[in-house]
Amino acid sequence: MLTITGLKKSFTSPEGGSTLIVDVPEFTLAAGEQRALRGESGSGKTTFLHLIAGILAADEGKIDLAGTNLSGLAEPARDRVRADKIGYIFQTFNLLQGYTVLENVVLGMSFGPRGSDRAKAKSLLERVGLGHRLDHYPRQLSTGQQQRVAVARALANGPALVLADEPTGNLDRRHGREALALIRDVCRENGAALLLVSHDEEVLAQFELKSDFTELNRAAPRPVAVQP
Amino acid sequence: MTLPLIVYRSLRQHALSTLVTATSIALACGLLMTVWMVKDQSQRAFADSTTGFDAVLGARGSKLQLVLNSIFHLEASPGNLAPADYEAIRRHPAVKTAIPIAVGDNYQGWRIVGTIPQLFTVEYSKGKSYAIAEGGRQFDPTQREAVIGSLASQRLGLKLGDTFRPYHGINFDPNAQHEEVYTVTGVLSPTNTPADRVIWIPLQGVQTMGGHDPKMAGDVSAVLIQFRAPTAGIMLDVMYNKQGNRLTLAYPIGAVVADLFNKIGWMDKVLALVAYLVAVVAAGSVLASIYASMHARRRDIAILRALGARRRTVFGAIVAEAAAIGGLGAIAGYAVYAGLFLLVAGVIRAQTGVVLELGSMHPVLWAAPLGMAVLGALGGLVPALKAYRTPVAENLIPAS
Repeated sequence: MLTITGLKKSFTSPEGGSTLIVDVPEFTLAAGEQRALRGESGSGKTTFLHLIAGILAADEGKIDLAGTNLSGLAEPARDRVRADKIGYIFQTFNLLQGYTVLENVVLGMSFGPRGSDRAKAKSLLERVGLGHRLDHYPRQLSTGQQQRVAVARALANGPALVLADEPTGNLDRRHGREALALIRDVCRENGAALLLVSHDEEVLAQFELKSDFTELNRAAPRPVAVQP
Repeated sequence: MTLPLIVYRSLRQHALSTLVTATSIALACGLLMTVWMVKDQSQRAFADSTTGFDAVLGARGSKLQLVLNSIFHLEASPGNLAPADYEAIRRHPAVKTAIPIAVGDNYQGWRIVGTIPQLFTVEYSKGKSYAIAEGGRQFDPTQREAVIGSLASQRLGLKLGDTFRPYHGINFDPNAQHEEVYTVTGVLSPTNTPADRVIWIPLQGVQTMGGHDPKMAGDVSAVLIQFRAPTAGIMLDVMYNKQGNRLTLAYPIGAVVADLFNKIGWMDKVLALVAYLVAVVAAGSVLASIYASMHARRRDIAILRALGARRRTVFGAIVAEAAAIGGLGAIAGYAVYAGLFLLVAGVIRAQTGVVLELGSMHPVLWAAPLGMAVLGALGGLVPALKAYRTPVAENLIPAS
């Protein structure tokens, strides 16, 4: 479902030089599969997810998502693929503060090919336990509830792939466990593959399939060996 | 649904700046419509305010001054006509009606005009004749009686049976009161013409008022004329204005007034220029207010883009928001227009008796609001371009 080969991305530093951030020779994720990537801050995990989502364009390599080569697409086409096939859950949820819970989900759907579907959005919000908070604004919700809105929004367009970037990073342990279970369950129910990045060992421990992003990404800074 | 929702939510999120900007648009739009409508209507209203006469005969001088003095009851009289001149025009075979008027007195600043009762038999507008409100009657030309225009009656509080002592001169001087006492015998029904601002008394009353020069007791200030045929005007114009050198015939009255507007045409242009500038400044305020909020909006734009919104969607949303602010301002502009127009129309009516109608239609009433909405949308182009260029990854924080 997701096949990545020879993926490279560099950024120009303020001094003018080029810094390689992502260098992933190979990565695959099967349809419906749930995989966790372990990685510390600054290892390029978010850039990697942004490349898969088409938010950033790769310098080199190929990202094949359900038969579409994202690397060969111009930005508008990548936007369409993202709206159609990818759901993105952020550590800080990235909810639109001026919109109600229902509007956050409906708006996410509206950019996809099937457009807004309020009934489906309501049913998803009911599934994540927020059926009674449809007209609330994000600031009126607890952090755990906000993350559940983000989950519903990511799943709203029936994506083939859900990307989750430190989804429990802003939650306490109990809410983190609940949120993770919810993300995994909802992805399973919707037949979506899940690629989750985290540095939290408790989160990673719950995945059968996990990789170390530092090993996957040849451009990631290597841990310095401590001398005895 | 997407674009209207984004625009609606953004307008609500930035309610204060939306309100301030829409208000500036409303002021600009209202001002633009008012300037245009007052200019257009006053031009037509003044040109149509002939009070039923074709021409005015007066002393040698400016035609405009003659018309302003005798039709609009403004300005000073350019001079007097001898009784023989009045008799000559009255008996002229081409003249259907000749009504003499005499000016030179006022009551608390409201002009007193001496005339003959026949004035009130003339149709002041097609199919409209003067009428005296119930209970009143025409003044007796041999008595010290007065018929008062509706506006003058209302403002002065003079009612049927009230008495008053005129003041000398056309401007109010509290130390120049005449001894004669006049009684109000009638109040004219509103005519929406300059006649509403006048206190009408018998011609002889002004001519023989104490303190006036007895040698000029038979003189009149002007003669209001109706011709039997339009060609008579051309003939008399030649006779008085080209061949003669003692008198002036202002004919046709509408053309003389139109000439006034031509002379003050530069003022229209200045007013219109000011209105255009205000409109441009208002459009600039749309640009400034949205542009200033772009920093705070970067995150929302990045989120929308991360959800799959195209660049053109966020660009369109900002332009639509700017157009919506322009549209809201334009709608509110009608209220500003109504307020300003009524204010200006009130002043014009009080000063001239000419009535401007708020309900009149003119293309500017849809063109100005539409133009403001378009200008507003144009004002949104620069911030929309900024939104278009907003980098997504940099504004989706934090990164891990």
